[in-house]
Amino acid sequence: MNNYLIEPAPHIKSKITTQKIMLHVIISLMPAVIASTVIYGLRALLMIVVCSAVCVLSELIFEKITKRPRTINDLSAIVTGILLAFNLPPTLPFYMAIIGSVIAIIFVKNFFGGIGQNFANPAITARIILMLSFTSYMTTWVKPFYYTMSADAVSTATPLVSEEAPDLLNMLFVKSGCIGECCTVALLLGGLYLIAMRIINPLTPVVYIGTFALLTLATGGDVPMQVLSGGLILGAFFMATDYATTPITTGGKVIFAAGCGILTFLIRNFGTMPEGVSYSILIMNILTPFIDKLTVSHPFGAKKGGAGK
Amino acid sequence: MKLHSVRLPHFNNSADKSTVEIALPEKVVISMSQHGGVPCTPLVQIGDKVKTGQLIGSCDAVISAPVHSSVTGTVCDITEIINIMGKRNKAVVVQTSEEQALHEDIAPPVVNNREDFINAVKNSGSVGLGGAGFPTYVKLNYDRKLSYADTLLINAAECEPYITSDYRAIIEQADELINGIKLIKKYLEIETAYIGIEADKPKAIEKLTEMCAKEQGIYVKKLPSAYPQGAEKVLIYNTTGRVLKEGELPISVHCLVMNCSSVIFISEYIKTGIPLIKRRLTLDGNIVNKPVNVIVPVGIQLSELLKYVDVRKQPDRVIFGGPMMGSSVYDPEMPILKTNNAVLFFEGTAAGREPTPCIRCGRCVRACSMNLMPTELESAYDAGDIEQLKKLKVNLCMNCGACSYVCPAKRNLSEKNQLAKILLRNGG
Repeated sequence: MNNYLIEPAPHIKSKITTQKIMLHVIISLMPAVIASTVIYGLRALLMIVVCSAVCVLSELIFEKITKRPRTINDLSAIVTGILLAFNLPPTLPFYMAIIGSVIAIIFVKNFFGGIGQNFANPAITARIILMLSFTSYMTTWVKPFYYTMSADAVSTATPLVSEEAPDLLNMLFVKSGCIGECCTVALLLGGLYLIAMRIINPLTPVVYIGTFALLTLATGGDVPMQVLSGGLILGAFFMATDYATTPITTGGKVIFAAGCGILTFLIRNFGTMPEGVSYSILIMNILTPFIDKLTVSHPFGAKKGGAGK
Repeated sequence: MKLHSVRLPHFNNSADKSTVEIALPEKVVISMSQHGGVPCTPLVQIGDKVKTGQLIGSCDAVISAPVHSSVTGTVCDITEIINIMGKRNKAVVVQTSEEQALHEDIAPPVVNNREDFINAVKNSGSVGLGGAGFPTYVKLNYDRKLSYADTLLINAAECEPYITSDYRAIIEQADELINGIKLIKKYLEIETAYIGIEADKPKAIEKLTEMCAKEQGIYVKKLPSAYPQGAEKVLIYNTTGRVLKEGELPISVHCLVMNCSSVIFISEYIKTGIPLIKRRLTLDGNIVNKPVNVIVPVGIQLSELLKYVDVRKQPDRVIFGGPMMGSSVYDPEMPILKTNNAVLFFEGTAAGREPTPCIRCGRCVRACSMNLMPTELESAYDAGDIEQLKKLKVNLCMNCGACSYVCPAKRNLSEKNQLAKILLRNGG
């Protein structure tokens, strides 16, 4: 007798997969990849490729050694690689970038259970470790289009540590800093793509940037300059929206984003470091399980203490 | 507050075709368990001659509905079948004879008051035709000392993909629907009736709105075309704004919720006295060339439907009911029940791929109309954490399947919820 397949309901599934989500994120990062290649030359592109390749390879080797199922097809290691490269100065020695990639994938992501299980953002944590280990390399900045200039004109300070402020137009299109931060418009384009594709919740970047801007405004700071400086746009759209390391409910996301905004403001204004986005996000990553506990959703029609039969 | 919902593809390929009554099969297998609740006891023996509409199964339990023969013929077997819930129950097998005749006892019921009406509905064998199959008379015969009904909600949402049997019923039998609503309103003294219908059925909305304009206290309520509008709690909230609390029945918020096809049947029964022996089924699926609605006798077997339906190839999967909440059927001889509204034929598996790790994207949380957290429930179930399952209210899951549908990691979240509910029932 010819029997039919038995499967649990539902018998149709949406077309979205983890791989497609990661592909959307990679697509959203492409404008910034192109912009950084134009602004910082092929070395920046090479840095992105090296980081991505090392991330994928690290994941593959880790899963081989630990005999875990292979997950590189989900493309999340590539996302981590690109984001890590985005957080590095364009002139960083490659071996440091490789160390960072290995730390991100093996120590931060896979030691904690791999995709979806890690509590801290791999790219951000790796950046912070590199920052502490190789401080001078990680804070050496070059001017945009440095590769077209003579050697003595190359190095520069980021706006957050420099005395004279560049104009707003430059801040939007071409600024010095990490690879991914050089073109704000490219990042915004990618962020809008993620919102349009319903990959990220727009509340996170809006509340993050909004809280930070409000605090800056209230204390008499230069709002546009502060918002466009450093890694705020990159962090708010691409790092604070990471699924695994941020709260799951909308309410939790708002608390998370507001916390990031407050911390970024505090670090930038009162800390010894010029930039606070990575630290803010990492601190809020650590708080995420508690935010999740606080923001458990209230089921529709639930009675307090009602028996679960 | 807006309840969460998901957008599904409609696949309502069979919506524009008139319902076809298909020829009687050589035999029917009439299950004595047509719905949840206590199964009936067969009242006939092997060799007995039965006529169409004859009572062949009954039960004294409250939550039950009598079963009638859907054909004229000879009882050739009283067998045990494994029903769609995986339980064993008796079934009466009737060999269809050449000549078909209605049983002589069949006559329109005499209905003068509330008791007569409820009694008639009880004798009709009526159960909720939307799929849940709750005996209709039990719903109507609520305890009047405890509550009252002021609103009749007609569930015409038909929110699952593929299924159009309710839609065809409305288009083809709108008069009966309005008449049925009037009967229930009259005998149960309910002032207001709403027909809740999804916005993706403009023709039905137009037709009913026109007809309701001539009636007192019957209104059409257009619902967003988002799943699951037809879920009882969602329907009550979206039409009346009332919140059905944990463990309560709709009557607690003074609502009676009935499927539109059930109401059409009641109207017909009061006119003719012919009990529930036929039903309208959508035949569709990704290998069906000509999706269509058919009227079939209760007890027709899947193999007979396969002879009728025009399929590209033999199916790998057959679903009784909708693709979101229906059940996979493994046995080609499985008989149709009163509660079936669709039979869907598919090639390949739905899952397609092994589940991958949860990435905490939160899509399931944003899909759950009951505002549950499916991914947290899954972790709690996997950890055997009964306290957490209770705290997160897994008992409020209505098995709509939206969480599994949206999951990019293809995790079987709603299945885990069902398992968790069983765990709580047995050990919690």
